[in-house]
Amino acid sequence: MDFSLDDDLIMIRDGVSRFITDNYGFEARRELIDSDDGFSRNNWRRFAELGWLGAALPEEAGGIGMGPRASMVIMGELGKGLVVEPYLATVILGGELIARYGSQAQRDEILPQIAAGEIMLTLAHAEPGARYDLHGIATKAAPSGDGYVINGAKGMVLNAAGADRIIIPARTSGDRSDKSGISLFLVNGDAPGLSRHDYKTYDGGRASELELTDVAVSDADLIGALDQGHDALEEIMDHGLAALCAEAVGVMEVLFEATLEYLKTRKQFGRAIGEFQALQHRMSDMYMSLENARSMAFAATIALEGDDPDHRREEVAMAKVQINESAHLIGRQGAQMHGAIAITDELAAGHYYKRLSAIEALFGNSEHHLGRLADMG
Amino acid sequence: MSASETSRLGAFRIEVRDFIRDKLPDDIRETVRSGRLGTAGETQRWQKILHEKGWVAPSWPVELGGVDWTPMQRNIFEEECALADCPPLDPMGLSMIGPLIIARGSQAQKDFYLPRILASEEKWCQGYSEPGSGSDLASLQTRAVADGDDYVVNGTKIWTSGTHAADRIFCLVRTDPDVKKQEGISLLLIDLKTPGISIRPIIGLNEMHFFNQIFFDDVRVPIANRVGEENRGWTYAKEVLGDERLQLSRTGENKRLLRQLKTIAAQEDHGGEKLADQDWFRRKLRRAEVRLKALDYTKLRFLQRAEAGEAIGPEVSMLKLQGSELIQELDEMLLEAVGHYGLPYDKSWMLIPRSELNESPIGSDYAGMLSANRFRHKGYTIAGGSSEVQRTIISKRVLGL
Repeated sequence: MDFSLDDDLIMIRDGVSRFITDNYGFEARRELIDSDDGFSRNNWRRFAELGWLGAALPEEAGGIGMGPRASMVIMGELGKGLVVEPYLATVILGGELIARYGSQAQRDEILPQIAAGEIMLTLAHAEPGARYDLHGIATKAAPSGDGYVINGAKGMVLNAAGADRIIIPARTSGDRSDKSGISLFLVNGDAPGLSRHDYKTYDGGRASELELTDVAVSDADLIGALDQGHDALEEIMDHGLAALCAEAVGVMEVLFEATLEYLKTRKQFGRAIGEFQALQHRMSDMYMSLENARSMAFAATIALEGDDPDHRREEVAMAKVQINESAHLIGRQGAQMHGAIAITDELAAGHYYKRLSAIEALFGNSEHHLGRLADMG
Repeated sequence: MSASETSRLGAFRIEVRDFIRDKLPDDIRETVRSGRLGTAGETQRWQKILHEKGWVAPSWPVELGGVDWTPMQRNIFEEECALADCPPLDPMGLSMIGPLIIARGSQAQKDFYLPRILASEEKWCQGYSEPGSGSDLASLQTRAVADGDDYVVNGTKIWTSGTHAADRIFCLVRTDPDVKKQEGISLLLIDLKTPGISIRPIIGLNEMHFFNQIFFDDVRVPIANRVGEENRGWTYAKEVLGDERLQLSRTGENKRLLRQLKTIAAQEDHGGEKLADQDWFRRKLRRAEVRLKALDYTKLRFLQRAEAGEAIGPEVSMLKLQGSELIQELDEMLLEAVGHYGLPYDKSWMLIPRSELNESPIGSDYAGMLSANRFRHKGYTIAGGSSEVQRTIISKRVLGL
């Protein structure tokens, strides 16, 4: 296992870092999350120009072919800025799925557009009531002519309002909790019969509940093999999880550093509060927890580079358990040690805490992944 | 790390594994596997086998009998040894005073002591802690006053492990009481047969004799037995830790305990089902596994930084702290796994193979030893800088608080 970054990756990382520092201040972000789109299309074009949207995608599809490590460093830096542009939804959940399972035509059409910033995607990975179970799919796709008609509902679909294409997992055979019988379809964001209820999330993000009523797709819109979509879905969600873990590390780094700085400057009882051992030892625990999170997030990315699905599932699930534990500690204690100012909307630290809380709940909480791990062996 | 590097390390792992399989004596393997406390004689026998192979002192320079392993190779060696039930090497000579003599000792000290340590002919113990100097080690009071060619040493050292089987002790003593406490300490090498030395055994919670208190009453130690300069002992003792600290994470030992826990859980009944088949226990086991994996990968990151030539700073304290706490967590899970059959205990079970006992121990053959090891391992978060001291090191020296 190689935990190092080569020069190209370091260059990408530093580029994203510079962009965040120059363009993604607290007030600028606040304006974005209050805007109609909830993010900046201008920023998105810049991401494309700077090569970030195609960095991880294969070269023959208009990408740079740097693989999951590129997503890891980009997500880490985006995390530091609490960036709300839909990199995770478009590049990871959408792009990686098309790159790995799409037909040649789908790859040729969609991936270059992702890399160029011309199209946004998302994956409707969850259904209301199914919680975190990827196979909990009641949405049905029934054969009709030379395609299918989809009926059902999806929930917590990230960045669906801005998505040009939404990937809809639907049941083409079997019952609601079966792992077989799931197929993945590309649906246009403005497809007749698709209705959205868009909402904000507490961490500054956007998501939607979807209703699909007789939404028609053609055979060409099927991604991967009929009825065999579960494994692909799981693999892509592992990519999403690893990316989310990498983002969490960036979020934690900023909150940790801000807390450390605060401990050195905030004075009470006539001295810097960082002189109190109760806080010193807590900071040591947070420091260790952050290092563990870094190690596990990196290991999850390394597992994506390999070709052993069992190993990948295990490493990624373990990484999310670690990330959640670290996010919980650093989020809560980072806010706690800032004192009352941390529970106001005015201070950035509180917003990092909110994003960490959201990450804990996204794509499976700790008990969900421990349960998966317990079932694995 | 390149692919060729990865396959080279893989080949090295297999070489170590094969060597242990062929050379580790069965009786010693069985002692460690069963959880009994090994004897000094068993450790010595294993060290002599490693010495013959040239592998007994991985941290020493090659010309003095060491091995030119990279930090990664050394880590593999330590891990394979732990997983294959090798007895842990006695660190006192090989990892503590040996490297100190190499770094700071006189030529005469090197010529005399190092070959004896390598060949496991002489056993060392450490005289650092005192009854009034635990975590605040630099406050130590044992006095050494120069008198002709000798120092006259008076005072007492405590928690010296294995003194009763040792030949020599390396001691931090106060040679100047009038300066800042860290600056008046010297390091002496003392023959335990010197007149004026007496030893009081200290019996541990597991009823075993492991620790001692040692008393010095006008003990004459040649000044030639001082390592390096007078009043520099504190600095020497700290600097020798060096890359030793990378090995303090106990990942091999933790992996062995986790493996034992899985084995035991597969045998223990719990409400008509094996413990290993119960969801609550499997989740708990997995949580511990996440901790271990995070520690292991964090250590790997440190090792890769060290191999890339980067200096490893005080942040390495986190490995010792987390590794020792995880050992205790696994110990508690082991005892939880056997339920109240963790209670029966007779110290002879720790010393004598079950087949040689007149009476059978109560319960399963593994349950009796778990508590003894748990109570022994409680010392891991106290010795070598307590967890609290490690947290303070991180907050002050890494975070600058």
